Amino acid sequence: MRIRECGDAMLLVEFEPAIDPLVNERVIALASRLRDRRARGVRDVAPGYCTVGVHFDPLQTDLAALEGAIAEEARVLNLVATVAARTPVEIGVSYGGDDGPDLDAVAARAGCSPADVIERHAARTYRVYMLGFMPGFAYMGRVDPSIAMPRHRMPRERVPAGSVGIAGEQTGVYPVASPGGWQLIGRTASVMFDPDRSQPSLLVPGDCVRFVPLAGRRP
Amino acid sequence: MSLGSLQIVKPGLLTSVQDLGRYGHQALGVPVAGPMDVFSHRLANQLVGNDADAATLEVTLIGPEIVIEAETTVAIVGAVFEAGCDGRPVPMGASFTVRRGQRLKFGRIVHGARAYIGIAGGVLTASVLGSRATHLVSRMGGLEGRTLRAGDRLPVLARPAPRPLRKAVGLMLPTGGRARLRVVPGPQDDWFHADALKTMAGVSFRISPRSNRMGYRLEGPPLARIREGELISEPVGMGAIQVPGAGEPILLMADRQTAGGYPKIGHVISADLPLAGQLAPGDFLEFILCSRQEAVSALIARERQLLRYADLKDAS
Repeated sequence: MRIRECGDAMLLVEFEPAIDPLVNERVIALASRLRDRRARGVRDVAPGYCTVGVHFDPLQTDLAALEGAIAEEARVLNLVATVAARTPVEIGVSYGGDDGPDLDAVAARAGCSPADVIERHAARTYRVYMLGFMPGFAYMGRVDPSIAMPRHRMPRERVPAGSVGIAGEQTGVYPVASPGGWQLIGRTASVMFDPDRSQPSLLVPGDCVRFVPLAGRRP
Repeated sequence: MSLGSLQIVKPGLLTSVQDLGRYGHQALGVPVAGPMDVFSHRLANQLVGNDADAATLEVTLIGPEIVIEAETTVAIVGAVFEAGCDGRPVPMGASFTVRRGQRLKFGRIVHGARAYIGIAGGVLTASVLGSRATHLVSRMGGLEGRTLRAGDRLPVLARPAPRPLRKAVGLMLPTGGRARLRVVPGPQDDWFHADALKTMAGVSFRISPRSNRMGYRLEGPPLARIREGELISEPVGMGAIQVPGAGEPILLMADRQTAGGYPKIGHVISADLPLAGQLAPGDFLEFILCSRQEAVSALIARERQLLRYADLKDAS
């Protein structure tokens, strides 16, 4: 673990640079412990895949003390030796057609049928590594390498809310209509983010997710 | 407490409700937003007797026309505009009293890019996740998460500030569409050619027309990288200077996303970000390298300035 200064208002705690469930589990544990600690001056703690961003007010923060606190909390993380089992959150998906305009192209590129893409996408339990891009946008991994797809060179100007996409070995759901470059294979009616809910985001870092094909909507 | 309203007659170019920002939810991907020039926002609040976190209106380049349906106190801080209330000129950087039904009209902009309209009690649109700040891309906060339009009505208190600070305050604004911003290098300056930092500190960058509240795209010499590819996406903060593959830097501003995968050659210091917020597309900026210690000293100096104004209020 290494702590790096990002300007005068953020520290970045770096773990091993890898997209790895155990590294990410430690990242999430550290972020949670730092948040609970409510250190003076800390405005926000944001976990990434393998980094934790600690945003602080430079005038309210004793930097040496904050770095000490991070090191102290991090010491306990060696106890995080396994990834906790979690009940998967199920997200119903209508695959293909207007809901998943890239499904056929993904299938063609993967050299399989659209039904195979659906089966492979829905077969895995994904881990939510981090949220970003938009409120409630979860970066999940990893998809079956056979259906891993590069982003569109030219992003769409408008991707409908609820669209389920693939980018590289990641999969994700667009919480609101926005521009986007992911390969769209389906769409869900699940509300990914609602600031008025007690838990605004359907998914939080560390969650497990399964996509469930909705019956009667096979392409 | 009796309520009044601000009725937007003309919205101006890009006017939005902002407070200090929506901190505490970046783990869920919720961007912070908030003012592009936080010092002017805070001063506007101070002048009308508000807490720093009260919501102001951020006005951009072309100001609005507003009928103020409330007896209240108003202050305009930041970019210098010619502005009048019912045809009589109003001062910049000082508070003034407005009677119910008076019309506040912005004219020509003289200096800077963004002004903040502080109003006694703050703009009372609904708070979303603890903040009234508008984030335009995710359509959150402010009024329906968008810029203001003609016909909008914003709730405010109908009560002048009990102890407004009337004295005009000195403003720090870029002159001639140029600003020098201090930068602390890192954390990925080792992704760049050894002389990239030197290059960056020796030239002017032009703010591209494709810039907005999320970030400024900077046109200038490319900053040559020695490492290709991207980082595994990591949290980012305001002021980060990230450099995509093509080498054209982007300075992340108030509406930045919470995370990004481009390497960051440096960060503009907190004390100078408000100055960046007073630049517009077509303006120029230069970078000067500095240490974190210098950055904190500069911020303390700015904070002392704000505190001095607060002392003036206590003495009045």
